[in-house]
Amino acid sequence: MRYFSFSLDHKVIGLQYLVCGFFFYFVGGLLAGAIRTELATPLSDFMPRDTYNEVLTLHGTVMIFLWIVPVVNGAFGNYLIPFYVGARDMAFPRLNAVAFWMIPPAGLLLISSYFLAGAAAQSGWTAYPPLSLTTPAAGQVVWILSVLLLGGSSIFGAVNFIATVLKLRRPGLGMMQLPMYCWAMLGTSLLVVLSTPVLAGVLIMLSFDIIAHTGFFNPALGGNVVVYQHLFWFYSHPAVYIMVLPAFGLVSEILPVHARKPLFGYTTMVYSIMGIVVLGLIVWAHHMFTSGTPPWMRLFFTIATSFIAVPTGIKFFNWLATLWGGKIALNSAMLFSCGFILNFVFGGITGITLAQVPFDIHVHDTYYVVGHFHYIVYGGTVFVIFASLYHWYPKFTGRMLNEDLGRLHFLLTFIGFNLCFLPQHWLGLNGMPRRVAEYDPTFETLNQVSSVGALIMAISTLPLLVNVVVTAINGKVAGDNPWNALTPEWLTSSPPPVENWVGEAPLVTEPYGYGSVHASSSPSVSPAATRR
Amino acid sequence: MTTSTPATEEHHDVRLFGLVTFLVADGMTFAGFFAAYLTFRAVNPLPEGSTYELELLLPTINTVLLLVSSFTFHRAGQACRADQLGLARRWLLITGALGVAFLAGQMVEYFSLPFGLTDNLFASTFYALTGFHGLHVTLGAICIAIVALQTRPGGAISAHSHFGLEAAELYWHFVDGIWVVLYGILYLL
Repeated sequence: MRYFSFSLDHKVIGLQYLVCGFFFYFVGGLLAGAIRTELATPLSDFMPRDTYNEVLTLHGTVMIFLWIVPVVNGAFGNYLIPFYVGARDMAFPRLNAVAFWMIPPAGLLLISSYFLAGAAAQSGWTAYPPLSLTTPAAGQVVWILSVLLLGGSSIFGAVNFIATVLKLRRPGLGMMQLPMYCWAMLGTSLLVVLSTPVLAGVLIMLSFDIIAHTGFFNPALGGNVVVYQHLFWFYSHPAVYIMVLPAFGLVSEILPVHARKPLFGYTTMVYSIMGIVVLGLIVWAHHMFTSGTPPWMRLFFTIATSFIAVPTGIKFFNWLATLWGGKIALNSAMLFSCGFILNFVFGGITGITLAQVPFDIHVHDTYYVVGHFHYIVYGGTVFVIFASLYHWYPKFTGRMLNEDLGRLHFLLTFIGFNLCFLPQHWLGLNGMPRRVAEYDPTFETLNQVSSVGALIMAISTLPLLVNVVVTAINGKVAGDNPWNALTPEWLTSSPPPVENWVGEAPLVTEPYGYGSVHASSSPSVSPAATRR
Repeated sequence: MTTSTPATEEHHDVRLFGLVTFLVADGMTFAGFFAAYLTFRAVNPLPEGSTYELELLLPTINTVLLLVSSFTFHRAGQACRADQLGLARRWLLITGALGVAFLAGQMVEYFSLPFGLTDNLFASTFYALTGFHGLHVTLGAICIAIVALQTRPGGAISAHSHFGLEAAELYWHFVDGIWVVLYGILYLL
């Protein structure tokens, strides 16, 4: 029952993040289902247009701030990072618990705004003024409050990750010996610390505009809406990397284990992550090519954005090289990881097209952007979250997830996902705008294909739910290290004891030493540290 | 509670490092406000009859007060490390008094300004920036009061254990540094 309490154990907090995140995933999924139901027909016959706006706003906000960011950072980060650095807990356990417990109230606040304030926010997850100034104020203010809480939680978490990775490493463990997820979380946390406060600042200014009738972003009072967009995207573009860099890290842990090969190009992986962090901070205005952005600015942001393809490409070739010639086990974790690679390459390529000004102006604010975005965050990050669930569930619970149900889950998710989001690229190219409840009847067929895909995605969660419930009660006992993995979390019992190891923490200097001369089938741990 | 105690005993103290990381984040909030202010100023002309000119005497005195308070806090830290807790407490109280004087000066300025919060874009930005900074000073003054209480005999702070004092000092220097930037771009520019 410590999972419902103010526990300070990083593993408990990690699982609290995970379960809380999955709850909001289902909430956001229901909202997505409502959106796709509405869009199955060209008329707004399923719900009123205002309700549609509330639903799309809540869907975006819930999925980003309450599902992906907390799970891919908070859940796996808190569970794994202390293991990876050889510590018994995070640097600041109490701050860690506080960061988690800010999330449920913020989430309930957000959802309750639909019922309490009369109307939830209607201006999308971007809350662009002047739209956010003219839609019902109460819901918008509650939305701001909720996002501020979640941003604060995110910053506290990032402070903790940076301190843990940089300062809590076990003696003898060098930075370049850390599992890749540590580097990913370090990069992500730097982005959180540098960019999230700017979002907080701009949302405070927006709330002043709504509550105190200042004119920061109100053109009627001499304000400037483009300043809002700049500051918003200074956070919200890095936010994409805050959602996707940890997924890069997680997939770098999963692939070597199930391909039985060392992670290819460790050093280039590290530099790529840091390169993405730096570039990620200076590309935000590519979201604003139609906001009257001056030509020199367009040129700079196009070039900088295109450059991100270089470090990202390096990572992809490294993953492919890791798989190349490996002894690949096509289990659920590997299937979802491969699905991630496929989807994310596609999302990455459409991203490059969107970085080019002439093309972007054509498809700006259309379903092309919606398709691209979901290939990144769903096809990319959510696929990795599922892969990670199959990979680490044995460590979390001591039981294996059922592989047949897992493969069914993958198959349905992969088909449903591509069916849902691939047609949206055509819709966008042909000019269907996003965020509308009604559309031209010529778009109907493709929209219905997309809605069928969404239905399959909804069904795909059933095997997952059944799997988790059934195996938690009656699953195959996993043992300490069912995958014969070398990273430190597998060198202790499943689930691990309160302080991670009985006795001294093991020193793992070769987390990916599969098939190398140093490592046999047993984990490569220095002799002094194997005492358990 | 019990789960973390041995772990925190094992590793060295990283709390100041954590605070520095957090202050970087806090600084980025100000950076966002500053960027917004400078862009407004460059792009959005003020309506007829409004001006960027501000009375300089009081804010300059306030700047001096804050800079001196950074120095007095530094002396408090030195005294604490030298195990002179009484002296440290006296320096802390002087620092706190300077902080409160700064806030009082800020209040006087607010009430004597010719514009209100919603008068024009500059007015709004001015109050948002100085108000957000004033909030930081207020928090700092509360921290100083707490730390000063803890330096009493039998309190939590001693020559060997003075994280609270160090953290408050670091925070106070940060708030002063922000004010210097703010003074530069808001009053002098």
